[in-house]
Amino acid sequence: MFRHRESALVAALLILALVPFASSSQFVANLAMLTAVSAALGQAWNIAGGFGGLTSFGHAAFFGLGAYTDAILQTRYGWNPWLTLPAAAALGGGAGWLIGASSFRAGLRGSYFALVTLAFAQAFETLATSLDITGGGSGILVKLQPAPAHFQFADRRVGYALALALLAIATVAAHRLRVGRFGARLVAVRENEDAARALGVRALRVKAAALALSAAITALGGVLYVQSYLYIDPPTAFAPERSVEMLLVAMIGGAGTLLGPLLGALVVHAIADTTRSLIAIPGVAPMLYGVVLLAIIAFLPGGVARLAGIGARA
Amino acid sequence: MLEVRGLSRRFGGLRAVRGLDLDVPAGRIVALIGPNGAGKTTSFAMIAGFVRPDAGRVRFAGTDVTGWPPERIAASGMVRTFQITQPFAGLTVAENIRVGAFLHEPHARVAMARAREVGTRLGLGGLLDRPAASLTLAGRKRLEVARALATRPRLLLLDEVMAGLTPTEVNETVALVRTVCDEGVTILLTEHVMQAVMALAETVYVLAEGALIARGPPRTIAADPRVIEAYLGKGAAARLADA
Repeated sequence: MFRHRESALVAALLILALVPFASSSQFVANLAMLTAVSAALGQAWNIAGGFGGLTSFGHAAFFGLGAYTDAILQTRYGWNPWLTLPAAAALGGGAGWLIGASSFRAGLRGSYFALVTLAFAQAFETLATSLDITGGGSGILVKLQPAPAHFQFADRRVGYALALALLAIATVAAHRLRVGRFGARLVAVRENEDAARALGVRALRVKAAALALSAAITALGGVLYVQSYLYIDPPTAFAPERSVEMLLVAMIGGAGTLLGPLLGALVVHAIADTTRSLIAIPGVAPMLYGVVLLAIIAFLPGGVARLAGIGARA
Repeated sequence: MLEVRGLSRRFGGLRAVRGLDLDVPAGRIVALIGPNGAGKTTSFAMIAGFVRPDAGRVRFAGTDVTGWPPERIAASGMVRTFQITQPFAGLTVAENIRVGAFLHEPHARVAMARAREVGTRLGLGGLLDRPAASLTLAGRKRLEVARALATRPRLLLLDEVMAGLTPTEVNETVALVRTVCDEGVTILLTEHVMQAVMALAETVYVLAEGALIARGPPRTIAADPRVIEAYLGKGAAARLADA
């Protein structure tokens, strides 16, 4: 019943997405790219956390895994960075499947599952800090070679376009969840696992597959990051802040809705940038940012999407 | 169709079900009755794979399904409903039923069409696009049956689908269960509403304190002193006979 509003919002978002291409400012393009990456990662999180109710606090594990896959294959094994994309997706997806299957088999859900994912991200950070192949605490630098063949672009607008492409992949995946059998089963398991199993839904497998899909897309985000900043180190890859941003974008926007993470990324970045530019006193901006986010969570539990009238959860 | 032998389950010191033997022939309606706490729901849970039995076997359509997970049992054609209704609260009524329809139908449109058809048949026609959470108790009981039916089961396990319904609703449900059976679905039900049991079941099994105390056609069962005592207390049968 909200389809009209949803179409209008899609049109508005598409137009908004085109604006940065019209500007020649690298600053604007960079801001747009960061927002699009946030939206893509939020949407990836939304696939597991929103549609599946699998509230992960450790999605940075998959982001970092993707980033390191790219950096290691490129610098240590001479891979072309484009080819690291499928490798990162496969590794991220595999890790998601393993973490999911083992946690769900052990009966972990809700906050216990959240803690397990957090622990995995922390463990990965420790590993990345102590291993040689990851460059330890100093991380990995990728050689600057700005050329399309090397997946490096001097113009930030291209980076922005790639981020939009990732966002499109994540959103198409979420859309398919909303219309198809797999998504219907995933949502059924979120709503009532026993009832779903009584109707023949293989709950364990459905949840593990959702986490794998979510993780694979998140890992692609890690590759984009490395190709944009040509550098990765353990805290950048695996810090809890990164995991929190993904879930925050999805929840602020409206977890389990198709357009929620897009709105969430816009709102979160708008608030962060406004508070930062308005207030010069150190420490106050992040505090204000936190207060605004708290207010949204307290007064809009369904997220911004519900406010916009498109909050029908799939 | 269903063959249960020596099914037993203990919860701590409580022997919830002791050596249950039960047969449901294809195409029939069989009832499992007994006072509260007799072990009916535990028996159902064991048959449908939700509770692992300590001992005993469950054979369904010639296959030993003991210890199978519930989703596998459901996929093989034995589907249960829940006494305490378990709707997918955030979904609409039609979406709820569609989850059942999706079991053997991968196409979303076809599954939705079937879900709406099953829902309409169960008297949920005007409520299909409403959230399942908004249904009354009677509506939620129907939704349980609709979801299970949408899977196109061979054997339907109905766990107290009439409890809490008005007499009119009970009559409607009895007629519905009869139709479903006539269409080739075998049915095992537990029920407290005796009127429904009498009207539907060809064979009745009576459980008391976890053990089977009687089996037979409903008329015989209703007159059985052991059954009357199980429900009304020791000596009740004699007192009734005197009165």
